[in-house]
Amino acid sequence: MTTLLYDGTFEGLFTAIFEVYEYKFQPAEIISIDQYKTESIFSDPHEVITNEVKANRVLQKLENNLGKKGVSQLLRVYLSENENAERLILSAVSLSLKFPKDPVLNNFANVDMMDIAKITKSISREVHRMHAFVRFEKLQDEVYFSKIEPDFNVLPLIISHFKNRYQDQKWMIYDLKRYYGIFYDLKDTQFFEPALEQTSQLKRTTNILHEEEMQYQKLWQRYFFKTNIPERKNLKLHVQSLPKRYWKYLTEKL
Amino acid sequence: MNFPRLQEKLEILADAAKYDVSCSSSGGNRKNTKGGLGDSHASGICHSYTEDGRCVSLLKILLTNHCIYDCAYCVSRKTNDIKRAAFTVEEVVDLTINFYRRNYIEGLFLSSGIFKDADTTMERLVRVAKKLRTEHKFNGYIHLKSIPGASDELMKEAGLYADRLSINLEIPTTAGLKLLAPEKSHDQMIKPMGFIKNELILYKEEKKLFKNVPKFAPAGQSTQMIVGATDETDLKIIKVADYFYQNYKLKRVYYSGYVPMLEDKRLPSIDSQVPMLRENRLYQADWLMRFYGFKADEILEKSNPFLDLEVDPKLAWALRNREQFPVNINTATKEMILRVPGIGRKSMYKILSARNFQKLNLGHLQKMGVATNRAKYFVEFEAQNIFNKYIDDFNFRKIILQGMKSKFQNPFSEQLTLF
Ligand code: SF4
Repeated sequence: MTTLLYDGTFEGLFTAIFEVYEYKFQPAEIISIDQYKTESIFSDPHEVITNEVKANRVLQKLENNLGKKGVSQLLRVYLSENENAERLILSAVSLSLKFPKDPVLNNFANVDMMDIAKITKSISREVHRMHAFVRFEKLQDEVYFSKIEPDFNVLPLIISHFKNRYQDQKWMIYDLKRYYGIFYDLKDTQFFEPALEQTSQLKRTTNILHEEEMQYQKLWQRYFFKTNIPERKNLKLHVQSLPKRYWKYLTEKL
Repeated sequence: MNFPRLQEKLEILADAAKYDVSCSSSGGNRKNTKGGLGDSHASGICHSYTEDGRCVSLLKILLTNHCIYDCAYCVSRKTNDIKRAAFTVEEVVDLTINFYRRNYIEGLFLSSGIFKDADTTMERLVRVAKKLRTEHKFNGYIHLKSIPGASDELMKEAGLYADRLSINLEIPTTAGLKLLAPEKSHDQMIKPMGFIKNELILYKEEKKLFKNVPKFAPAGQSTQMIVGATDETDLKIIKVADYFYQNYKLKRVYYSGYVPMLEDKRLPSIDSQVPMLRENRLYQADWLMRFYGFKADEILEKSNPFLDLEVDPKLAWALRNREQFPVNINTATKEMILRVPGIGRKSMYKILSARNFQKLNLGHLQKMGVATNRAKYFVEFEAQNIFNKYIDDFNFRKIILQGMKSKFQNPFSEQLTLF
């Protein structure tokens, strides 16, 4: 078994996959450098240097075999930060090389492909939840700001949704767990990574809110309360649809 | 903006609108215009859930709860002694825009008490929608509840700005409606439904000829029926629903279990339970008609016109039609696989695509997310399925029920299975 170490990026991972075939490393495991535990002194890992050309060749091949949708599924597995992500992606690639004409990701009788389906399902669920549960607060400078803490690294997957929806307002979504965000300036979106001393400011926004912000929050909270029908109370269903871990960012639940 | 006054109105007019369930935002697909605000997806988004478990996707309010009518089942009725309020057009627009910008909602569901005549009320509703679309370039979802008796011209204008129009039948039977809302009639409601249907058809035809015909209610029309305020059967309810699906191009029929809140000898007593389980079964039955190819008469028979509260309607059908099972998962048609209890549409598609690769067994179904505690009795494979022997068993129903947990634990189920 050969161990390949890569830099943790998507291109790095695809470079590694290329090299598995290039150097005939099978069986192989691919590990990101920050997951790698150096105490396993017997292993002598192969270090991958991220190479766009190699990564693109894998990507191209996969797009031919599995279509754009297939590639985006694998990208989702990567963003899931699942501990088996590299192994599952490699497994899908080798299956696809073996059966280039088949939509192998749909081979749900294969354990790995079923796992991929499960992971992409959880991710899609969370993408959907982010579409739903992002709550913007209007700041003094008219930017609409939101904090999130998703289970998976879904920020890259939700940009287009918010970009389509909010074209005439500046907005910003910040991932508190992964310390990066996206900003839309009425034209384009871009990623940003705030300096350390800025992150605490981003966590507590109370003194930079627009003067009318609290009024609308209050209106929304009262609306939320009044639209409930107490005679039909069903807390079990409530918590199932609105998991508690999201509550701290939901205006109506504050 | 006078926020305290606005809040007071919002509380009154949200409270009055909350019993209308026909507000789901599915079916819209209005793309954002350049530099505009809002974008509607076909599937809509539930941004929150109330403590009763219902989805909150739209700002659902009445324009006013002043009403000249006196429908027995409605809190806004003339003779009910409650606080009254009315929004201005600007206030509704402002709330919608500000809630939308903060990602609280998908859009607006606007209904109203009939504060003067039908046309005056309808005209005000249309003005809200028009202002949102034309002055604010708002492309979120707008659902207007049309006022029965409003003129064709106003209905037509409403359809130009709204994504969906609805008129609630409220009470499924003519006799029931006569009893509870003597000033209203189904004819009065059906007339605008017919008008909307014709406009929808016209729009489709014109679109073939001209590229830029303005959209007309692109998400179609829907209606709501209150369940359990009068004594109609479930068979009657789903027949009415079926009739409207067939004849009025309805996108959805909503069922709303009657919440007892008014003392009136024509209505169930104020301490009676909200029929939530019955409502849930009706939605399941409706789903079977719309997506699973079931006919109303297959779901219920005249001799037994109520839905089984203990088992869902699909399982109930399978129990009555055992001769159709077991279904061979590796060879059966899509339609038959869909009829297996425990297999939903998504699992059905997974099965169809996986069986191109290899023969499937029960373990595969389980991994695909099939509810095998139900399905296992109704399926077969090339190898033998030990569960098939139960299918002709006299106690079959009981055997299945023991193997599954219902989300509504029926307090009577112990007694019922004895018979
Ligand atoms: S007309 Fe509408 S608002 Fe008025 S009492 Fe009847 S149901 Fe209620």
